[in-house]
Amino acid sequence: MESFTRLTGVAAPMLRPNIDTDQIIPTRFLARLSEDGLGEGLFAEWRTQADGTPDPDFILNRAPWDRAQILVAGANFGCGSSREAAPRALRQRGFRALIAPSFGDIFYNNCFRNGIVPVRLAPDIVESIGTRLLQGRLAGCELSISLETGEVHIPGSGETFGFGTPPLLRRMLLEGLDEIELTLAHAGAIASFRRSDRQRRPWAYLQDPSFPPKEATP
Amino acid sequence: MNQPRARTFFEKVWDEHVIADLGDGAFLLQVDRLLLHDVTGGVVMRELRDAGRKSDSPAQVFGIIDHLLTTLPQAAPRDGWSPVAVQVISETRHASQALGIRLIDVPDPRQGITHVIAPELGIALPGLTIVCGDSHTCTLGGIGAVGWGIGTSEGTHVLATQTLVETRPKTMRVRFDGALPPGVSAKDMILALIGRIGAAAGSGYAVEFSGSAVRALPVEARLTLCNMAVEFSAKYGFVPPDELTYAYLREREYAPQGAAWDQALAYWRTLPTDAGARFDAEVEVDATSLQPQVTWGTSPQHVIPVSGRIPAPEDCVDAATRALAQRALAYQQLAPGTRMQDIAIDVAYIGTCTNARLSDLRLAAGFLRGRKVAAGVTAICVPGSSTVKRQAEAEGLHEVFINAGFEWHNAGCGMCGSGRGRLQDVRVISSSNRNFENRQGQRTRTHLASPLTVAASAVAGRIADVRQMDN
Repeated sequence: MESFTRLTGVAAPMLRPNIDTDQIIPTRFLARLSEDGLGEGLFAEWRTQADGTPDPDFILNRAPWDRAQILVAGANFGCGSSREAAPRALRQRGFRALIAPSFGDIFYNNCFRNGIVPVRLAPDIVESIGTRLLQGRLAGCELSISLETGEVHIPGSGETFGFGTPPLLRRMLLEGLDEIELTLAHAGAIASFRRSDRQRRPWAYLQDPSFPPKEATP
Repeated sequence: MNQPRARTFFEKVWDEHVIADLGDGAFLLQVDRLLLHDVTGGVVMRELRDAGRKSDSPAQVFGIIDHLLTTLPQAAPRDGWSPVAVQVISETRHASQALGIRLIDVPDPRQGITHVIAPELGIALPGLTIVCGDSHTCTLGGIGAVGWGIGTSEGTHVLATQTLVETRPKTMRVRFDGALPPGVSAKDMILALIGRIGAAAGSGYAVEFSGSAVRALPVEARLTLCNMAVEFSAKYGFVPPDELTYAYLREREYAPQGAAWDQALAYWRTLPTDAGARFDAEVEVDATSLQPQVTWGTSPQHVIPVSGRIPAPEDCVDAATRALAQRALAYQQLAPGTRMQDIAIDVAYIGTCTNARLSDLRLAAGFLRGRKVAAGVTAICVPGSSTVKRQAEAEGLHEVFINAGFEWHNAGCGMCGSGRGRLQDVRVISSSNRNFENRQGQRTRTHLASPLTVAASAVAGRIADVRQMDN
């Protein structure tokens, strides 16, 4: 898994609340045989005009935000569909961090598993940072984020804001750990749980399917 | 000896599934059922294979084809709705075989939308933990399961280990008390709730629906209620099981049978919330005062009674909400002050994991009998499963829909997401769960409502109040 420690980069403001994952990547980009190319669907309906040309007013089409690595968003960012294509599309377009007052619960978890750190800050702080970014009042439109210290810093200023992350997810992201391997380390606990659980709730364990496993045919 | 601590339904199910406490609120949980559908499940199977891993508990995993399938009645054989959809379905089929998991495939008479067939087949049972790469897995809370949506990486983790690392959420209880007025359904209950508490109110919570109005709901309506928990950002929503649940599940294919049923039943009866158990948040709704609801904007919180007028953005509580409302009105091409019942519609859609069960189709058909869809309106009904479709046809409901002017489709997710290239630049009244921008197709303007309100609107050619259309 891709790790994240710290980053200084351009931050783009997108302060509308409730930006759902259908907006981050529309459903029509989801049926595919490879996860490569998801970035093409990022904010697809907002990025382009009806005739297919880029919308010059859309924030991520404007310099310097066209090379943003950080998104500063409104509350409940990533609500709606569970599609992991949403953080993957963001990551493929260069985003490494998201700052918002709150996130959709499923999306929040998905970010950690795709090299993106979701940062929760108080609404007034997000609003203030976003507004100053939009007005060009922050040098280079840049922010610094450290997952090691749990801080967002405005370069060239004394302003620093602390943020919390779930410790386990934080460690996974910091160290780029493989979550399946971490869980397999609990194999003993899993086996012992299931021995007693099968006694207690036998109906929860279904019989093996009647057909034998086969090799995939091309 | 101390009395055991009073616990909520959710706490009991959670505690029963804890394999290991990982500290700081994170737990390793046993997952009882993993559902893999063609859109997100196909990716999970691919990523497991690419990681060189195997399924830990294939018997607990079900593959289901629902999202990418055409529902068009004339399509034969039935397959993906686009060339890439055909390929993804084919890949999912082969991957399911290779993993040795059960696949409920296209020609299977049990085929249908994941969240419709899981209760129908008894795959979902009370007290089970059920996950799927689909946010509407919360639907299965209607059967007294704890179901929730997960991402692809989490799905791969579950497939490889049959466990999941999960942070324990807070608990919320939403009580609906009193008898629902005529013409008001579970869909109206949940829409009204979201209108009141907002689309983000459930974030971080597992939500129990309770109260006399919920207890009075048949199981299918409870599934509708729980389906939209995620529309107020609650990952989990549920109605703890009761006698209606058990009666619904008896003899279902994957439900326990014989002595195992009796053992399960005794266990299930211990699950409901204990008297005196505490929730982190409580909400109360007077069910007797509810009206049919319709959304006007692009968030489920943009909802009012069908008798109402679109509110003015100036009345919003804060600047961000106001800006959202203004943008929603621009997208929906609507003005504040407009009467909902003056809004003309192009398409009426009955289907989806929210409202495409037999009881939904019966309600809609009951209204449509002897009536005609208004000229210029495209009306579509997509049953939630092939079982629902067969049952509806056995009752002659399909003739009611067809005679009224509805298209009568095969089962599947249909035009809930993307519009299948068919819905574009149109105004749709829909029994689905998401009115997001472009959700049902590019520039499609969706109004969410109950199947009854959709049927009434199809006949009126505009958003309609079914209570004023009797006789």
